[in-house]
Amino acid sequence: MTTTTTRQAPPQEPAGAPSASDIAALIADAPEPRPTLIRTFNAMMAREFRVLRRNAIATFTRAVMQPLLFVFVFAYVFPKIGGGFALGGGAATAGTAGSINFATILVPGLMASMLLMQGIMAVTFPLVMEFSWQRTIEDRALAPVPIRVLAIQKIVAGAIQSFLGACIVFPIVLFVHAAGQAPHVHVTNWFLFVFILAAASLLTASLGLLLGTIMDPRKMQMLFAVILLPATMLGCVYYPWSALHHIRWLQIAVLINPMVYMSEGLRAVLTPVLGHMPMWGVLLALVGGTVVFTYLGTRTFTRRVLN
Amino acid sequence: MTDVPALAIRTEDLRKTYKTSRGDVQAVRGIDLSVSSGQFFGLLGPNGAGKSTTIGMLTTLVLPTGGRAWVAGLDVVADPVGVKRRIGVVTQNNTLDMQLTVAENLEFRSRFFGLGLREASRRATQLLEVFGLADRRKAMSTDLSGGQAKRLLIARALVHRPDVLFLDEPTAGLDPQTRVNLWDILQVLHAEGQTILLTTHYMEEAEALCEQIAVVDHGEVLASGTVNELKEGTGAETVITVRYEDTVPADITARTGLADRPGVSKVEAAGDYVRVFTREPDGVLGELVTAGSAAGLTVRDATQLKPSLETVFLTLTGREYRE
Repeated sequence: MTTTTTRQAPPQEPAGAPSASDIAALIADAPEPRPTLIRTFNAMMAREFRVLRRNAIATFTRAVMQPLLFVFVFAYVFPKIGGGFALGGGAATAGTAGSINFATILVPGLMASMLLMQGIMAVTFPLVMEFSWQRTIEDRALAPVPIRVLAIQKIVAGAIQSFLGACIVFPIVLFVHAAGQAPHVHVTNWFLFVFILAAASLLTASLGLLLGTIMDPRKMQMLFAVILLPATMLGCVYYPWSALHHIRWLQIAVLINPMVYMSEGLRAVLTPVLGHMPMWGVLLALVGGTVVFTYLGTRTFTRRVLN
Repeated sequence: MTDVPALAIRTEDLRKTYKTSRGDVQAVRGIDLSVSSGQFFGLLGPNGAGKSTTIGMLTTLVLPTGGRAWVAGLDVVADPVGVKRRIGVVTQNNTLDMQLTVAENLEFRSRFFGLGLREASRRATQLLEVFGLADRRKAMSTDLSGGQAKRLLIARALVHRPDVLFLDEPTAGLDPQTRVNLWDILQVLHAEGQTILLTTHYMEEAEALCEQIAVVDHGEVLASGTVNELKEGTGAETVITVRYEDTVPADITARTGLADRPGVSKVEAAGDYVRVFTREPDGVLGELVTAGSAAGLTVRDATQLKPSLETVFLTLTGREYRE
């Protein structure tokens, strides 16, 4: 590098008046941009991981607390208290014969609910911030790629964060329980397990993108009341879908809830002892849902960025 | 690059109409611009004149509803990615990445434009030194003062040597010292051949920086040219005001005979002052002083306002400039 001109010490005055030769050197020394789709995409992913690393403790504390407390109360405290609080037995008998403890139902359910939380936290919240007030979204919208690539990148980054969250939660829901209350987890097909986890992560991230682009920032509180809470409570997190056959109308109604397929898909691969939805239905819903939400989310995203 | 166009920016009847619940809002109603390479071009107009919408269309973030626009020879609608590669944009809002540090804001922008890790970090260091932010490199971008944030925004727009640098109201809300510093930076960039399009609602900013100015209001270009051309073209006049120690007599206008002087369009006399609007100001002041002493009046103060963008705007729109 011989192009460097004689450069004075960086300006010290607080207002920062640069010298003319320094500014001139900026133009002369400027590197030639050579962006490609892949390079820019990777740089955006690198940016997400830098942010994730910076906020790692806060992000994963948030991810872990709900499932941790749930298994603690339901798989440790309740069995210890005993008798009337033994929730698991009744709910599980619908699926298979024999006594299945509540922890077994909770393992896939809590992982699914955590995926949804992470998807929303990783995609929707930042997006709403970026679209509001200062519109910081313009920072990345000016990167030399089509806007829909930016949307896809947000889905991929959110899905990775969800996936990582699930990996952290898995041992917690597996190992936190009272003596003799261990969940009956038996992974027969690891490939299918990882595939379902990945598909569910993409589904929540694409849903997160759609929500982030249609939510009114001033009504963010509504997200919990109207989306997260019903999706979780009616998402077969705390009971298997097959057990709902006692309430036939509800069993059908909950099929519009994407959470159901995430819980049931994980149930099928993690705790096959429990009755679960047929695998083809789960896969169809997870992959189909991801495609639909990605399509819709990318459209609304592009429309929000380019007004 | 072989495709460097003579015109850095060109628009033809560029339009933007927003559909709202209360009907259509025509933010830009057919703007024609030509900015040559290396030019410092200013869009001057009050807030809400359509400047930001125009810059939004040129930087591909606002889709035109009519007309066409080319930046660096590329159609902004047909090839937005190509355009984005060739431009640097300093937005009016603070669009710094709030999750990143000062240095990271520059490094990642460099990487978005395809620079390698090491190259990006070297470029960031260079930019931070020049823009006086070297000691803030590890600070979060949210912790910067308004002036520092604006400098970082400009530095960020320059990571990849853009063909055209867009600045949307770069000095709005900054203190005078910081504003003058930014002016200095922009002038050096311009001297180095950087094409710049700047929007501003400050008359003096357009006058101090821009070679070529388009005066816009209500989504239309009212006039364009150099500052001098604008002043001459619109027939703006010099305004000379002389205040006396006492109230001027009613017939002072007749006594001076100024109304019949060539170039004078109007003579106002009221209270303690006489005001003359003229295209040929030489000698008018002297005559006012002489006429005053003849009437037994002592001059208290005298001002001579040359035609300015403000008088231009007044003549063009027939109303006060609303900032």
